[in-house]
Amino acid sequence: MHLTPRATQRIVFGALTAAMVLVIIPLIFVIGYIVVQGAGAISWEFLSGMPRNGMREGGILPAIVGTLFLTLGTAIFSVPIGIGGGIYLAEYAADTPLTRAIRLSIINLAGVPSVVYGLFGLGLFVLFLQFGTSILAGSLTLGILTLPVIISTSEEAIRSVPQSFRVVNAAVGGTKWQGIRRIVLPQALPGIITGVILGLERAAGETAPILFTVAAFFLPRLPHSIFDQTMALPYHLFVISTQVPSMPVQIQYGTALVLIVFVLSMNLTATLIRRHYRRRRQW
Amino acid sequence: MTTASASKEPSRAVVNWREFAVEQIVRLLGLSAIALVALIFAFLLKEGAATLQEVPLSNLAGTRWYPTFGYFGLVPLVMGSLLVTVGAVLISVPLGVGVAIYLGEIAPEPLRDVLKPTIEVIAGIPSVVLGFIGVLAFSPLIRQYLGAPTGLTAITGSVLLAYMALPTIISIAEDAMDAVPKSYRDAAYALGATEWQTIWRVVLPSARSGILIAIMLGVGRAIGETMTVMMVTGNAARIPTSLDAFLRPARTMTATIAAEMGEVAQGSTHYHVLFMVGITLFVLTFLINAFAAVALFRSERRGGGRLLS
Amino acid sequence: METPAKIELQHVHFAYEDHEVLHDINLRIPPNQIFVLFGPAGSGKSTLLRLLNRLTDFSPEETHLQGKVLLDGQDIFAPDVDVTRLRQRAGMVFAKPVPLPLSIRDNITYGLTLGGRRDRSTLDETVERSLHAAALWDEVKDRLDDPGMALSGGQQQRLCLARTLALQPEVVLLDEPTSGLDPISTLQVEEALFQLRESVTFIVVPHSVQQAARVADRAAFLLMGELVEEGPADVLFTRPKDKRTEDYVTGRFG
Repeated sequence: MHLTPRATQRIVFGALTAAMVLVIIPLIFVIGYIVVQGAGAISWEFLSGMPRNGMREGGILPAIVGTLFLTLGTAIFSVPIGIGGGIYLAEYAADTPLTRAIRLSIINLAGVPSVVYGLFGLGLFVLFLQFGTSILAGSLTLGILTLPVIISTSEEAIRSVPQSFRVVNAAVGGTKWQGIRRIVLPQALPGIITGVILGLERAAGETAPILFTVAAFFLPRLPHSIFDQTMALPYHLFVISTQVPSMPVQIQYGTALVLIVFVLSMNLTATLIRRHYRRRRQW
Repeated sequence: MTTASASKEPSRAVVNWREFAVEQIVRLLGLSAIALVALIFAFLLKEGAATLQEVPLSNLAGTRWYPTFGYFGLVPLVMGSLLVTVGAVLISVPLGVGVAIYLGEIAPEPLRDVLKPTIEVIAGIPSVVLGFIGVLAFSPLIRQYLGAPTGLTAITGSVLLAYMALPTIISIAEDAMDAVPKSYRDAAYALGATEWQTIWRVVLPSARSGILIAIMLGVGRAIGETMTVMMVTGNAARIPTSLDAFLRPARTMTATIAAEMGEVAQGSTHYHVLFMVGITLFVLTFLINAFAAVALFRSERRGGGRLLS
Repeated sequence: METPAKIELQHVHFAYEDHEVLHDINLRIPPNQIFVLFGPAGSGKSTLLRLLNRLTDFSPEETHLQGKVLLDGQDIFAPDVDVTRLRQRAGMVFAKPVPLPLSIRDNITYGLTLGGRRDRSTLDETVERSLHAAALWDEVKDRLDDPGMALSGGQQQRLCLARTLALQPEVVLLDEPTSGLDPISTLQVEEALFQLRESVTFIVVPHSVQQAARVADRAAFLLMGELVEEGPADVLFTRPKDKRTEDYVTGRFG
């Protein structure tokens, strides 16, 4: 059988469209399934109560609070360093072997397996610096994991600001840093914020890096200091879905629902910010 | 020089000092990336190096992983990781490149504007959630339809890993195809080629280095993925010998660390060996990513036009 | 006795990497008039203009300079020169108007506030004075807080001129300032220059020979990086000494 180019094209395009559908459907299924199965578990008590009876009853408040603290802690470490690194790469770094080494390091940091970050955090923060299994150690570990995302998205956002603004700044007597601070950064800010949120979203959903650095199996109280352990949503989901026998399925789905709502609302915020500013941007 | 206003301006020395300080600070922050890679390697070595004194190489190179009995053979773990990763790549690469072609060349603009952020949502699903769904909803299907004795198999892990690697592969492959100059396409169209002939014979070959990079970064992600794999692959440390292995449980390096580190005494041989597994993973992903990065730099070659015009 | 030159170039050679753009330029530009640099594309006139306030420092390529560029007799490439101060004294208006992503008012005061000026009444005065000088005040006085980018092309270019004038520069460099403008906007910009030439030295790269002849007090003709002829506008455009200048102004090539 010999097909005309037109017919071939129709078949191939059909297959590619099918591939697209094949990718989207599981996403809709996963989210839909969790929402349907988990919605029944959501109540005020579930969101604001302590777990009871070996986590088989009660709420997940400590895990929610723990994840909030860890996300905040991650931001405190990774945002200033990440944006600073992005500014350096976009504005100051010349194309030297050293700069290439920095870029290589960033790509590699982004590729280090998350469980290896966990080992590293255990070795450096928990043991060597003696922070113990703590929010501090977990936040630092997640902060380093998030860093490459924030550096690269900041760099990209800063680079996308037209060079002509920098030249005009210089032409009216502005120094390099004045131009960056007063023109370039404000223009790059939406892009930077988007990158920061996407980075933190990843940190909030991570389990492996917090396994040995902060996560508590069962700790039905809120943390008092940054040297406390804490429960966290992803680890809690892992625990109740694999480690606790005769766990009510509804609580598992409820926990999964809270986690994806937390994470996906960050994702949605980032998308909306990007869309809003792209539309308003005049250059 | 008009100096009437000079008194209110910060002096030149102050301005220069500030410029200098800012540059040095951000330079330091940029350099921290290099320092962190070195630091990670150093601390993995610090905790893991003792392995080489405590466990003979013949043991490490062995085929049995029974830590409680002193067998620390890494081969089944490495093979387990490779098995699951190869499966994931075989699924995700054709699918990812196909979707990239669809998005870049076929999808109408408004649809693309919806689909692209939707695909980014996939990257946002925590791996533990995917593992959770894998255990409860997906693995029963594998048992039922593929005739596996259990639903927790290597192929279960491969499918879920493939899904997680998709956003990376799609976005980089799409960028690569987007970078193919329009003139190449126009030349093909001018010769009477259909859109698909143009894509297949012109766009894809021109974008192949970018697609290769996408594949490598996808492999890097798949090898390093932990939670999903630990939850759905059944965690039996065995060496795959035939294609059948996809339908049996497997145990990856990442899952081994995550599952066992919590149980071991700090400073024990088992503890050191788990760090050695971490070093193996680190080196492996480092090589893959470094290779991808070098390819990336080579394909970029930023041209610097003159200012304004 | 000759009036001292505002700007003087002595044996200037300038190259991007190994491509020489300016060859042995000697030029004296007297103060407070409109000086026009013209010539065909690629003659080096834009580069020469950028040299005068060191925007050539921004080139992504390596640059080589020989010879001296003097502003009021001082070498602007001397190591102890404050480059930001130099750029305030010699302002620049580009071919494509580039309003900063700020309001009209903040576009004009941007340069002043960089120097730490915060005094509201001085700033307001400057805004009004500069916009008047650039012949834009009447069009924008009621919407000073609108974004500068919301203005039309011709208004944007006059805004950029006003932003430059706000710093009370001694020299203003204009690189084809009207190339993107319609004829009426072009005349408005030219008119603004005429109003100001008593107190400012304008150095203009025009976008056509007609414009050169229209605005110039003095002019210089550049060809492939060399200065062919320089002199008062009425001489250069009606009785040029050099054959090449004559061919160019009469439209026989270019």
